[in-house]
Amino acid sequence: MNIGEIEAQIIGEFEAFDDWMDRYNHLIEMGNDLPRIEEQYRNDQHLISGCQSRVWLHASYDDGLIFFTADSDAVITKGIVNLLIRVLSGQTPDVILHADLAFVNTIGLKEHLSPTRSNGLTSMIKQMKLYALAFKTKESN
Amino acid sequence: MSYDINAIRKDFPILQRQVYKRPLVYLDNAATTQKPESVVNSIVNYYHHENSNIHRGVHYLSQVATEAYENARSRIQKFINATHRHEIIFTRGTTEAINLVAYSFGKQFIKAGDVIVLSRLEHHSNIVPWQILCEDRGATIKVIPINEAGEIDQDAYESLLDEHVRIVSIAHVSNALGTVNPVKEMIQKAHAHGIPVMIDGAQAIAHSTVDVQDMDADFYCFSGHKMYGPMGIGVLYGKEKWLEAMPPYQGGGEMIDTVTFEKTVYNELPFKFEAGTPNVCDTLGLIAAMDYMEVIGMDAIAAYEHELLSYATERVSAINGIRLIGTARDKAGVLSFLPDGIHPYDMGTILDKLGIAVRTGNHCAQPLMDSLGIAGTIRASFALYNTKQEIDTLADAIVRVKEMFL
Repeated sequence: MNIGEIEAQIIGEFEAFDDWMDRYNHLIEMGNDLPRIEEQYRNDQHLISGCQSRVWLHASYDDGLIFFTADSDAVITKGIVNLLIRVLSGQTPDVILHADLAFVNTIGLKEHLSPTRSNGLTSMIKQMKLYALAFKTKESN
Repeated sequence: MSYDINAIRKDFPILQRQVYKRPLVYLDNAATTQKPESVVNSIVNYYHHENSNIHRGVHYLSQVATEAYENARSRIQKFINATHRHEIIFTRGTTEAINLVAYSFGKQFIKAGDVIVLSRLEHHSNIVPWQILCEDRGATIKVIPINEAGEIDQDAYESLLDEHVRIVSIAHVSNALGTVNPVKEMIQKAHAHGIPVMIDGAQAIAHSTVDVQDMDADFYCFSGHKMYGPMGIGVLYGKEKWLEAMPPYQGGGEMIDTVTFEKTVYNELPFKFEAGTPNVCDTLGLIAAMDYMEVIGMDAIAAYEHELLSYATERVSAINGIRLIGTARDKAGVLSFLPDGIHPYDMGTILDKLGIAVRTGNHCAQPLMDSLGIAGTIRASFALYNTKQEIDTLADAIVRVKEMFL
């Protein structure tokens, strides 16, 4: 699936819930389902520190595609990390660099991407894009 | 006189609003309090009828504004029982007041090898200005430890007081835990060694009577916005003998007597420390807030809030799997807690969705959190307009959040 199709799928999932409580319950489930980052990467080197919650992010590059794994100490943050990974992992550096992630707004969770929340998510997205830029640059050299 | 909570709540327009279609339960008062109508009106009235620059105009409005501003200084002198009105310096808030003292006192009195004593439970605002000073001067900070309840270790404090210590700076009330520190006794102990003491009163000023002469503080500071007044205005009280001996903090208009390119003579107290056009409007708003509190009565407020905090402590600690952080014998305004197995960010997010405003995180007190071995807490903090029903709403919501996550 391309990035647009994945985003549409996620929006569809969340549209099924009328109530914010159900949306958050779904998000919490996804947080609990998140494939954990391999223990060796759950370290300071991969830590993106927010004042509220912490995020660990690892990226690998294989055959033109970037694969992310991640974790957080807060379940809601983890739920959103899960969404971001579903959308961005397995995409090309160019797609990742140009992703606007507007679906997060559509499903009513945009406040979690506000820098004032300092939960590590905005820094995580920035870091994902930096990985994309780094792999792209490496490829073209 | 009975405490008419319904009438009080009507004085605060914002308390009538809803968030996410639920009644707002505002329990983030340690961050900032809401403002009564009278404070808002004083600000509007100032800009409608009195606005003018002060201290320099011969015209009518300038005199009106100058008089209002200088009356405000006298009003604050009485509010905290300072000896002289020129011991009241207006600042932008507590942070600026501490920076002022760290800079100006430091410039005059701190040299290499000197020691500044702080406690483990200080807000970053009462740590970083001293660190900047220490870096500049080659001085060092010594930190008084706390016990498990979140109280300052008084024996350790006394053992730190020696001939190298130039100043002690301590919070009156901890913003993260609510601990009320025994500042009067601590000041006495420091004075026995000839050491002056600065008290960060940001979290104390709204909760009980502050008497700077009785506690014998050398410096005391607070912010208007944490006592129902506007943001951007605060007060530094300093004993005349220290303020006279200290050099200015910032240069500009108002703080000078005569200026030539060869030599500038500084103005007298308090103007020496008030460079530039002052924040007249918010000063008047601050006075309106003090008036508001005094009409209710500081003792009545303290008694009511004590009852609220006791009730909240009882309700929240009765919930299974909730651990209180900070169990000092003497506390004011703050209930910090942690749920077992739920991240504070998760609980804070859902409480917000339920209309409850609390704070999560390290509360600008990272060294304190490190010493407690935790990353942060959930903090509910109370004001004169909160109710037991709101505490019930909080307690019920905590149970609901637990069911979602566990």
